[in-house]
Amino acid sequence: MKKLGSQTWQFTTRPVILGSSAVVGPEEGEGPLASDFDFIFDSLEMGEKTWEKAERALFMKASVMALENAGLDEEKLEYFVGGDLMNQIISSSFAARKLGVPYLGVFGACSTSMESLAIAAMIVDSGGGKYALAGTASHNCTVEKQFRYPTEYGSQKPPTSQYTVTGSGCAVVGQNDGTAKGPYIVFATLGKIMDLGLKDPLNMGAAMAPAAADTILSHFRDTGLSPGHYDLIVTGDLATVGLPIAKKLLADEGIPMEETTFNDCGLLIYDLDKQKYTIAGGSGCGCSAVVTYGHILKRMKKGELKRVLIVATGALLSPLSYQQGESIPCVAHAIALESGGEGA
Amino acid sequence: MPAKSNQSGINKRLDDMTSEEYKKLSKPYVPGRPVFKNCIRAFLIGGLICVIGQGIQSGFMSVFGMNSKEAASPTVALLILISVILTSLGVYDKIAQWAGAGSAVPVTGFANSMCSAALEHRSEGLVLGVGGNMFKLAGSVIVFGTVAAFLVGIVYALLGLGGSH
Repeated sequence: MKKLGSQTWQFTTRPVILGSSAVVGPEEGEGPLASDFDFIFDSLEMGEKTWEKAERALFMKASVMALENAGLDEEKLEYFVGGDLMNQIISSSFAARKLGVPYLGVFGACSTSMESLAIAAMIVDSGGGKYALAGTASHNCTVEKQFRYPTEYGSQKPPTSQYTVTGSGCAVVGQNDGTAKGPYIVFATLGKIMDLGLKDPLNMGAAMAPAAADTILSHFRDTGLSPGHYDLIVTGDLATVGLPIAKKLLADEGIPMEETTFNDCGLLIYDLDKQKYTIAGGSGCGCSAVVTYGHILKRMKKGELKRVLIVATGALLSPLSYQQGESIPCVAHAIALESGGEGA
Repeated sequence: MPAKSNQSGINKRLDDMTSEEYKKLSKPYVPGRPVFKNCIRAFLIGGLICVIGQGIQSGFMSVFGMNSKEAASPTVALLILISVILTSLGVYDKIAQWAGAGSAVPVTGFANSMCSAALEHRSEGLVLGVGGNMFKLAGSVIVFGTVAAFLVGIVYALLGLGGSH
């Protein structure tokens, strides 16, 4: 592993994503990416008695399916790096009970997907182990309950508010022994906290846009690459409000984002015209995780995409912090993936 | 979005941006609440709930021969029951997204706030869950309702108007 510039890791052995999984709830199953998901639960309860248990069931299903898709025996797995949005990240820690391997719990709010993938890739790249599982999950109702109001409470949401994705995505990262065909994890650019003073917890897209823009800027500065290097750059969950702001910020910095396709997982996952209840688009840990591990990796396998930069964005607030009038610190972590067929 | 890129007139580098500058830059991109539309919808649904309430009250009066005072309490109880059923069926929050204050202000909104909290926290048990959280949202309505009534009462007393029922 090599450090480039001030924020980027270059994984010199190019660890491989051996297999991944995307497990979602019923609403995501009605969205445009439904065919890319490995499993769709037909109810939000998932056969469990509490929302928290449902989220855990989601996570466990995704972790088992990722191992299956990777063709890896559970005994061979060496590490699990995971996180979620619940207080004390209970969903991933409880899911980790079953896996029985060394576990690192991480919290990056909705950026957890790429934060955990970066750590898993670092473990494998540095020779700390051969196989590591990275994953995250979120459930619409657990998040509503913890961060906002009871799920059945009748409060009107403003046009800036986003809909938490019910979904879990996991990826098995393996050592690159030359036989696997990719996709390879090439770079990770770790974001720094950006807080430009926004306080509205129902407008997280605008709060997170500077973090996304800053990490994208740092990535290109550290690697010397330009947007045209990638076939697709996606942000985590900036949705309809945040993505145009991120585009504006990057345009002001002179980054030619028009060279590539620049989109957002929160916009990809739902059909905003049909699924009106999603308002500004998707959010939550599961959002970038299921879009990446379901949709994007499948497109890479089909050869439609060769190089992709995923910039997962997280709003690091708590119900306590915004009630006390604090602004929202945000972070974004980027991972560059490359499909097989060149370099090694 | 080239058409929008200069709307705010700010083209500062991200590293040097202050929070005031960012607020100004992001403002054109942030859609506001549609206040006028919300007022109309609140008027329609709030009014509709009141009409339903009036219908129920008239029903009690004509069927059970109550006077309007006697019919008031069972009317409120029935509205609360309807609200609780709609909340439990997962419908009330969907009405509320459309109706806004129209479904929040009447007694049905108060019932929804208590019922939704009770349902949500049932998983933490009857005492700590339901009992401890039922007034999570409704509590401040009661507290400030009481405080407001107290203050108005003092004003009445000072002006020598006396209280009346």
